[in-house]
Order: sequence, then C-alpha cells, then structure tokens
Amino acid sequence: MKAKIHVTLKQGILDPQGKAIEHALDSLGFKNAGNVRVGKYMEVDVNEADRAKADAQVKQMCEKLLANTVIEDYRYELG
Amino acid sequence: MKIGVVVFPGSNCDHDCQYIFKDVLGQYVEMIWHKETLLAGLDAVVLPGGFSYGDYLRTGAIARFSPVMGAVKAFANKGGLVIGICNGFQILLEAGLLPGVMLRNTSLNFICKDVYVKVENAATRFTNQCESGQVLKIPIAHADGNYYTDPVTLGGIKANAQVIFRYCTADGKVTPDANPNGSLDNIAGIMNADGNVLGMMPHPERSAESILGNEDGRLIFLSMLSSFGKPELQSKLIGV
Repeated sequence: MKAKIHVTLKQGILDPQGKAIEHALDSLGFKNAGNVRVGKYMEVDVNEADRAKADAQVKQMCEKLLANTVIEDYRYELG
Repeated sequence: MKIGVVVFPGSNCDHDCQYIFKDVLGQYVEMIWHKETLLAGLDAVVLPGGFSYGDYLRTGAIARFSPVMGAVKAFANKGGLVIGICNGFQILLEAGLLPGVMLRNTSLNFICKDVYVKVENAATRFTNQCESGQVLKIPIAHADGNYYTDPVTLGGIKANAQVIFRYCTADGKVTPDANPNGSLDNIAGIMNADGNVLGMMPHPERSAESILGNEDGRLIFLSMLSSFGKPELQSKLIGV
C-alpha cells in the first residue's frame, strides 16, 4: 500500500519561504496570487495488506517523525 | 570534569568543542559516535553544531533517533548536564528535551556573524560566571534559528526564568532590530525546568580564546566547570 503524505505549516505560523515565493509570483505579474504556503510531499510504501493497520502505522509515522506537530499539520491518502 | 562530545554524521563543530574543553580548559574529553548507547562516567554531554543527517526533513529530526539519543535522554533525566549548541539545540528541541521548534530564519538567509546576547538568568549551571544582564558577543551560524513555541509554553518558560539568552544590541537593549532571525521574543537560548539542559543558537566554542579576538563564550564553559565545584581550576585558567 502506498501512502501519499502532505506536511504543511499550521495556519498562523509564519512561512518565510512562502512569502518569498509570493513576492516572486507578484514580480512575475501574478497580482492575484496570495497566501503561498510551502509544504512537503512524501510517498511511503507500507508492506501491509490490512488497510486499518496501514492507516494506523502511517499516522504514527507522521506523529513521531514526518511532521513536527507543534508547527505542522499532516494529511495522507492510502492507496 | 569528564565531557562527552556527541558526533553525528554531519556534525562539524565537534572538534571545536573538544578543543575548547580539552586544550583550552584542560578537561578530559571523550568523543561519542552517535551509534553508542551508553554514556558511562561522564559529567556533561555536548551536542555540537553542524548539519546532522544533512538537515533532512527538519533540522535535528533524524539525529533525534540516533541510538545515542536514548542515552542522552536518560543522562539528562538523571540530572546530567547537557548543552546543545546550534544544531545541538535543534536536536534537543526535536527530542523533546527542550520545548519549542526552530523555523527558517525570516530572511531565509544562512546568517553567519557576531551577535550580542543578553544573559537573562545568571543563576544557572551554564551562566553562573556571568553577571545578570551581561551582554556577550558570540557568533551565530544558522539558517534555522527562528525559535517558535505556543503562547502557553512561552509564558511558562518566561515565568520560570528558562529563557537564558536573548538577542540584543551591543548595549544590551532587546529590540526587533537586534533580532537576527525572527526568533520569538528574541530568544537565543533556553534551559529546561530542572536547569540541567541548555540549548543555544550562538557558538560559544567559536569565541572562547583570546587569540580569536573574543573570549565571551568561555564564560559558558567556565560556568559549567564551576557548577561542578572547581573554582581553583577556573581562576587558574582565566587569562590563559
């Protein structure tokens, strides 16, 4: 089973990279672009047939390592 | 004093720390490869600066799972003295030995320069050789030193005098302009509630010798030695 994991900064946490990209987009003429947030995308193969077990494992991976839940949110799809 | 300096893959200030403690301050120093799981007979542990595991995922996030970190946690929980400098501070945060996280510097730049920090609490095992409010000039060298924590935790560490260093001007004013990286409340270094674990972004090991033109950082290391009751050593060493 493959987990597709997105890790993003929580709302309200300053994202300097997002801000820099926003300015660059503005310079490019995309005047209507705003609130750019930079995140991470990860794919993990989980060798587990039971969907519920795989789901629990991916959740743990996110909580323990892939996201720092003080500042980051995560979401994932299993497929 | 017996000091252990932990070496992670990507540490690059480990030998600077070894040099300061061993050659400048005359202490016994053991280099501890990150695969070690025991920290026997040590008085203090240093997590040095660098780019452990290439800063992959988040700074300090992978190093936190190194085998040695279990031993560092156990050592800290027993009251052992632990100092994390720069990347070492980031690792202490990820490991949960100190509260909060590091964000990217607001400028997005890697900043390498001398800064001034104000000693907010001089009654600690890391600052007892400083005066309260003393201004130290110590260099920083990081891209992720923008300290952040939630308001409740911030209130807690402030109330508990766990904020040890804050970025300031040369004359000790804590202002937004003196903040190099956007750090919350100008925080440059914090301590745990028990007072035995310190994390700081500035590099005292790079400013602990007169030949380098700056000895302010030495006060941190002398404070650690002094906390083990070796004042005679300290008086001998000052002016070396």
